[in-house]
Amino acid sequence: MNVQVRPSVATATASRPAIADCDIHPAVRFDSDLNPWLPERWQAYRAEYGASRRLGMQAGPAYPKSQPNASRRDAWPPEGGRQGSSLSFMQHQHLDANNVTLGILNPLGSGQGVSNPELSAVICHATNEWEVAEWTGKDSRLKASVVVPYEWAEESAREIRRWAGHKDFVQVLLLSRTAEPLGNRRYWPIYEAAAEANFPVAVHAFGYGGAPITSTGWPSHYIEEMTGHAQSSQAGLTSLLVEGVFDRFPNLRVIMVEAGFAWAPSLGWRLDKAWKTLRTETPHLKEKPSETMRRHVWWTTQPMEEPEPRERLLDTIGWMGWDRLLFATDYPHWDFDDPAQALPLPISDEQRRQFFLENARAVYGVTA
Amino acid sequence: MTGSAIDCDIHPSIPGLKALLPYLPGHWREMVRIRGMDELNAISYPANSPLTARPDWRPASGKPAGSLEQIQRECLDAFGASIAICNVLYGVQLLFAEDMAAAYAQAVNDWTRAELLDRDPRLRASIVVPLQSIERSVDEIERCAADPRFVQVLVLASGDQPLGKRVHWPVYAAAQRHKLPIGIHAGSNYHNPPTAVGWPSYYTEDYVAQAQAFQSQLTSLICEGVFNKFPDLRVVLLESGWTWLPAHLWRLTKYWRGLRMEIPWVDRSPFDIVRSNVRMSLQPSDAPPDRAALERIIEHMQSDELLLFSTDYPHWQFDGTEALPDGLPPALVHKITVENPRATYTRLLEPVR
Repeated sequence: MNVQVRPSVATATASRPAIADCDIHPAVRFDSDLNPWLPERWQAYRAEYGASRRLGMQAGPAYPKSQPNASRRDAWPPEGGRQGSSLSFMQHQHLDANNVTLGILNPLGSGQGVSNPELSAVICHATNEWEVAEWTGKDSRLKASVVVPYEWAEESAREIRRWAGHKDFVQVLLLSRTAEPLGNRRYWPIYEAAAEANFPVAVHAFGYGGAPITSTGWPSHYIEEMTGHAQSSQAGLTSLLVEGVFDRFPNLRVIMVEAGFAWAPSLGWRLDKAWKTLRTETPHLKEKPSETMRRHVWWTTQPMEEPEPRERLLDTIGWMGWDRLLFATDYPHWDFDDPAQALPLPISDEQRRQFFLENARAVYGVTA
Repeated sequence: MTGSAIDCDIHPSIPGLKALLPYLPGHWREMVRIRGMDELNAISYPANSPLTARPDWRPASGKPAGSLEQIQRECLDAFGASIAICNVLYGVQLLFAEDMAAAYAQAVNDWTRAELLDRDPRLRASIVVPLQSIERSVDEIERCAADPRFVQVLVLASGDQPLGKRVHWPVYAAAQRHKLPIGIHAGSNYHNPPTAVGWPSYYTEDYVAQAQAFQSQLTSLICEGVFNKFPDLRVVLLESGWTWLPAHLWRLTKYWRGLRMEIPWVDRSPFDIVRSNVRMSLQPSDAPPDRAALERIIEHMQSDELLLFSTDYPHWQFDGTEALPDGLPPALVHKITVENPRATYTRLLEPVR
């Protein structure tokens, strides 16, 4: 969703420059699409009892989305099925139209966060098989995420090792609202396996961990939940930094997905100040948390903050570093950021290339 | 800084539970003895954590800011403020029983009046309210508001429910009626985990997470329409870190543009609402290390009326007398230290007895 739209170089040009989209959401047409890879016992379980996700509603949260499936109203595939479920329509509407040469698939509504650990694990595994069979195997621009049942870290590590070295997988996917903060030792087997496989760990907004979605209880509105992803993601990142995950796994890289990024500088300043005053508590931290963040953490751009005037974002990106941001659209969701409108700012060609493509190529080690 | 500066956030310590006994009703006095109650101190400020008291403000015995003499010597005289607002942090909000919470809130407020306000004319205070019961919170506001030296209602950054929720609105009606801002102070009643993703391992995470708690509360207050219903209500975010504000409002404003059909009563942009109704205390300043970046952040705030001077005494936020971050322009310093506090706490302009 870009709310402030100005003519830009990109819109004026007939052929669009190549871009990476680091947050694309493929969807199943029917839940049964995963059955080829699901044990029969769990196919039956899912059909009879569903897959509880620490939420009261059978389907979706009790915050109705702003539009069907939180998706663009023009993203229904002509052949039927939900938005994001048709590769050919995604190619036509998005990959070709926007010249996406590298697209990172982040399947949501998979087994992640499902309360039953075994069910969570088998759905996650089936989702990974489905990503290859239905998506990356059919379009080489698309790369897959290893979806893991993160509340069961040992099984998550096994799933990561199953896909390590596979040409189509480029990262591990977690959701941000975990049962405990991300830096907690219970999740360390995930980081160990990811670092070993040289996969960055992407932390995508959403998920339900069992606690209220703010530190002060449940808010009333969908807009509060959406805005609040920045708060839960900050808490998760704080935990990763303070609990010493990057000291333990020095080649681990983390990508914060769909939680905004403009909060990063202020969080870094706050962390540094607290670290300085409270150093006796965290002797395992050898440098300012903001320095660790600067080396180990990236952010996808959508939903991109849009200050007035927009130029203020240049201060923010300058404080973060132009090499930290990975362009993302969130296709097919309603708050899609259009690559032609997302960065109407006076920046150098090099910065534009970094922002839209090169940073992603570097993080994922892909030359697309 | 001039002698007319107003320090909007200081933290006198209640020396111990025994100090409250004269202010508690008989039943609750007896319960202290029979049940062997000791202290009501929240983990928001562990007694010996470096942040809880600056090393030179930590006495050989007793608590930091534990006596009027300490407060006068280390804070009031040292910084030369004409007025300082006491926000007494004592674990009243953590209690689960509303009768007990109401009794302790009254005791804290009466202790504050007798031990602080009556003994130094520079001191003002916030009314501690037991949000465990909205009805009793309103009663406590009514009881204390007759004394003009109470200038604010004090609640914590994390509670049972987001503060915008309609259940809290009678508190806001009473506060607006008496020209009392709602001061939201860092801290939690710990009825929910301190972060949206559960309990962290380190205190450092809990303290850093306070900024996110303020962000959630600001979202809630704006989206629920508190300032549409109570246009004269002021909310002051105390010890919030404040440099997170511009980025948070950019995000909230973008979603407001996309989702305002859900909250049609919010008829102004979040930046406009903050400018008219929300203020923030200065310390801690989670400021960038360089002066140029600080100037940029202040420009991103889009208003010179948002910040209110505070030392956050005795918390360790700065050394020496450097309560103002280096590099603030003199005109802004005057706004922060004098004009903004006077415009926010209008009861300060009223005669005291």
